[in-house]
Amino acid sequence: MVVYPVIALVRASLSRYSITGLYQGSVGAANYARLVEQEAFVPVVANTVMWVASIVAVTVFVSLGIAQLLNEDFAGRRLVRWALIVPWAASVIMTSKLFVWLYDYYFGLLNHLLTSAGLIAAPIDWLGNDATVMGAMVAVGIFVSVPFTTYVVLAGLAAIPGEMYEAARVDGASAWRAYRSVTLPLLRPALLVAVVLNVIYVFNSFPIVWTLNDRNPGFAHDTMITYMYKVAFKSSLRDVGLAAALGVVNVLLILIAVLVYLRTVSWREADG
Amino acid sequence: MRARARSVGRRAMLSGAGLALALVVLAPYVVMVCTALKPDGELRITPPRLTPIEWQPGNFRVVLGDPGFRAWLKASLIVALTSTLIVLLVGAPAAYYTARHRFRGRSAFLVLLLVTQMFSPTALVVGLYRQFFELGLVDTYAALILTNAAFNLAFAVWILRAFFAAIPREIEEAAAVDGCGRLRALVEIVLPLSVPALVTAAIFAFIAAWNEYIVALTLMTDPARKPLTVGITSYVTAYIQHWNYLFAASVIAIVPVVVLFAVIERHLVGGLTAGSVR
Repeated sequence: MVVYPVIALVRASLSRYSITGLYQGSVGAANYARLVEQEAFVPVVANTVMWVASIVAVTVFVSLGIAQLLNEDFAGRRLVRWALIVPWAASVIMTSKLFVWLYDYYFGLLNHLLTSAGLIAAPIDWLGNDATVMGAMVAVGIFVSVPFTTYVVLAGLAAIPGEMYEAARVDGASAWRAYRSVTLPLLRPALLVAVVLNVIYVFNSFPIVWTLNDRNPGFAHDTMITYMYKVAFKSSLRDVGLAAALGVVNVLLILIAVLVYLRTVSWREADG
Repeated sequence: MRARARSVGRRAMLSGAGLALALVVLAPYVVMVCTALKPDGELRITPPRLTPIEWQPGNFRVVLGDPGFRAWLKASLIVALTSTLIVLLVGAPAAYYTARHRFRGRSAFLVLLLVTQMFSPTALVVGLYRQFFELGLVDTYAALILTNAAFNLAFAVWILRAFFAAIPREIEEAAAVDGCGRLRALVEIVLPLSVPALVTAAIFAFIAAWNEYIVALTLMTDPARKPLTVGITSYVTAYIQHWNYLFAASVIAIVPVVVLFAVIERHLVGGLTAGSVR
């Protein structure tokens, strides 16, 4: 059931289809050649790099801080952990719609908040302006990625033996020094897992760009995933073969990330 | 004494930071709930307000009574429950077998599981569409059920396997001495011990299917068969903008899964990162 769609995808990438989806014969690698020639291809790849790199970098950085906080014992910690669950459990499409509403030019609370606080002089059309739409989408991407990442880092922190900190304290290390020389190095495995899994998840993310970039024509702000989807199902192109070729490229990129992941966790046979 | 006072101060500061964090995380969802409670006329006022002037909890009644919403809810329940059931029925024996037996290709099987775990249906959506198109299953619950079951199976096997492997063999061996067969041992001894892992796996599979979007968006064109994630977006289109209904429906869809997630909070990361972080 998981392998068959892969076969169907590869086969589709080597074929031509009518707009209604009827098979019109094999075309060899022509779809791949056409893919690279698409005017939108280079900007879409650049968007994808930007999308993945910025979300993963900021997410990991923010999650390190939040996990450190949640690793401490304080009143209300459970409450904070539960709060963090909400963006994780909620359907991303619903959260994306919510942000469309928050970013709204006239009626969105974000513009109201920022203008009232004097941070911006006039409302901004966050999702309609070429300069701001990617940033606005990245912010939502970070918002929904932080909870999972925080939990991975928390699991990593829990695995660090308390004696390590005591030893550092006995040696007279400051809190920051202890963090840098004890915590961070021991967190390395957890961080690598967090980075690689996030790269895969963020690359695969569809609903945020699909929803927030909805109003903008063309492919100027699409990632490889949303571009693939539009080519296959939405744009006037309805070009299943071309989309499938891009799909194969996407799958290969993810496969590379998975291999990196397997190496990172240094795959070992759990005894059973 | 001074050290203790400092520690009390430190903990108060941590609580403050925690509270601020919780507020930032929850703020968008507070807007969601407040908007869900606004009458139509209050959606488009400037300057925008957070809270409704006139609270209208009746929006939830309107949504729950909407035949469209009921159809989407029904579709979501059918797809999520059935695919979860399949995941458990297939996943538990597979996990048990790989945890208890060494067989040729076992590592390959486990690696394959991990790889499918990474391949979200998103990357394969064009292939999935071709597959169901050729099978004539476009616009059927069966297509969504099969897709969700297939893609959520890996994670369930992963969680269950770790748990089964931790159950001492001696318990089953003792049962065997008492004349208990393998299948009976699994059903009467291992499964009852594994309830927490089964619940975790089931909740994960349920939430993933409940929130699935792209395959449903692609395959389901009949409005009466769309699940919630796809259906509710029709409350806000270019022609009608019922943001209050959209968010009331979203709240109804989100609250149960947040509660379920809270139930399994402790196990959230364990499965995926098992063997690497721990």
